[in-house]
Amino acid sequence: MPTGATIGILADNLKKRNSVLPISTGGATRWARGLDLPRGGETVIYTGLMYQLIPYIAAMSKAQGKVEDSWLADLVGIGRYVNKVVNISAFMAIPPGSMKETFNTMLANIALLLKKAGVEMGYLYGEELYSGALIYDLGADAVFEEHARKVYQSFKKNKVKNVITVDPHTTNMLRSVYPGIIKGYDLNVKSYLEVLFEKNIQPVREIGGEAVIHDSCVYARYENMLNEQRALLAGAGVTVKEPRDSGRFTLCCGGPAESLFPKKAVQQASKRVGQLKEAGCNVVTMCPICYVNLGKAAGSGIAFEDISSYLVRAYLP
Amino acid sequence: MGLVNPDFTDRVNRPEGFNAAACMNCGVCSAVCPMGIDLLPRKLFRYVLLGFEDKVLANSETIYSCLLCRMCEANCPAEVNIAENVRTLRNYINKNVFNI
Repeated sequence: MPTGATIGILADNLKKRNSVLPISTGGATRWARGLDLPRGGETVIYTGLMYQLIPYIAAMSKAQGKVEDSWLADLVGIGRYVNKVVNISAFMAIPPGSMKETFNTMLANIALLLKKAGVEMGYLYGEELYSGALIYDLGADAVFEEHARKVYQSFKKNKVKNVITVDPHTTNMLRSVYPGIIKGYDLNVKSYLEVLFEKNIQPVREIGGEAVIHDSCVYARYENMLNEQRALLAGAGVTVKEPRDSGRFTLCCGGPAESLFPKKAVQQASKRVGQLKEAGCNVVTMCPICYVNLGKAAGSGIAFEDISSYLVRAYLP
Repeated sequence: MGLVNPDFTDRVNRPEGFNAAACMNCGVCSAVCPMGIDLLPRKLFRYVLLGFEDKVLANSETIYSCLLCRMCEANCPAEVNIAENVRTLRNYINKNVFNI
């Protein structure tokens, strides 16, 4: 795909529409229906729209993959100009409803686990913004920094002090990247896995079985977070199996290449799936990008589940 | 041969950005790169330090293919901030080539 035009479209979307891909407020907040989360508050769960956006990113990537090596790829350059006026990414990224439901369930599970651990938290609903992680990774710093300030203001406006994140990329943005660009940044940021661990959440049953752990690069090497996920799985009675290249030296799922080079992303995922299969057939992930990218290369004989799915079975009645 | 642009290194450099002076060219980063990118980062960073803008720009695909997974950093004996250097180069290309 033409690199500049693709980054341009994503960056323009963030600048004009506050998200790299279009997602309605209803679509972004549907996961919270029926959970009775108060609006705002000193402590909030912050999804950063990452789980909600994954189905759209996957749909976009599928569309890109179809045109990646054809003459149609050249039209992306024109697309950037059209996209400034008409949101063309809305036509390219239409995910199946079942996929959206899968990711919404993961988010609801996370909120239920936090409640079970005794965490009193609110949610910003329609005011919640995407963290800008993809644009940061792609190096569009001016657009990212402007957006990061908007995100921070949305927290300050709602008098938020503590932010509970749900995925590694958003955790890294809010905890390690934002403080470097926003003067006076004072949010206390923790991943829900860290919060559950700190609160010493107790299981109601042992689910047993084995799970091969696929560490997220960002949790492992950016945030130094390796213990909490293992302790929570062990508490659930799950025997954690370590694949080749695990922990601090975990092998990337290839997901970060997806927006520009979908084929390279799948090639990398295939390598990692091979390693995971050597260790077992049930794999636990803790990042929605890993989950979807590894799943694409999975084939038969291996199943992936987000860690939240394991934890609800053990820690919720 | 490459064309040296004397301003290039200064333009890439930002206070918190590009820093590869500690790189001892040992090649561990290339050996452990999951994408098998043999150019990154040792040659690429050397191009920047020497001012070879044209050679850096000719390797744009390589720069954007990096996963920023930090496997190289976890193994780098000189503790070079490789991923941030790559991001810095992306930022340079975005601004100066793609007008983003």
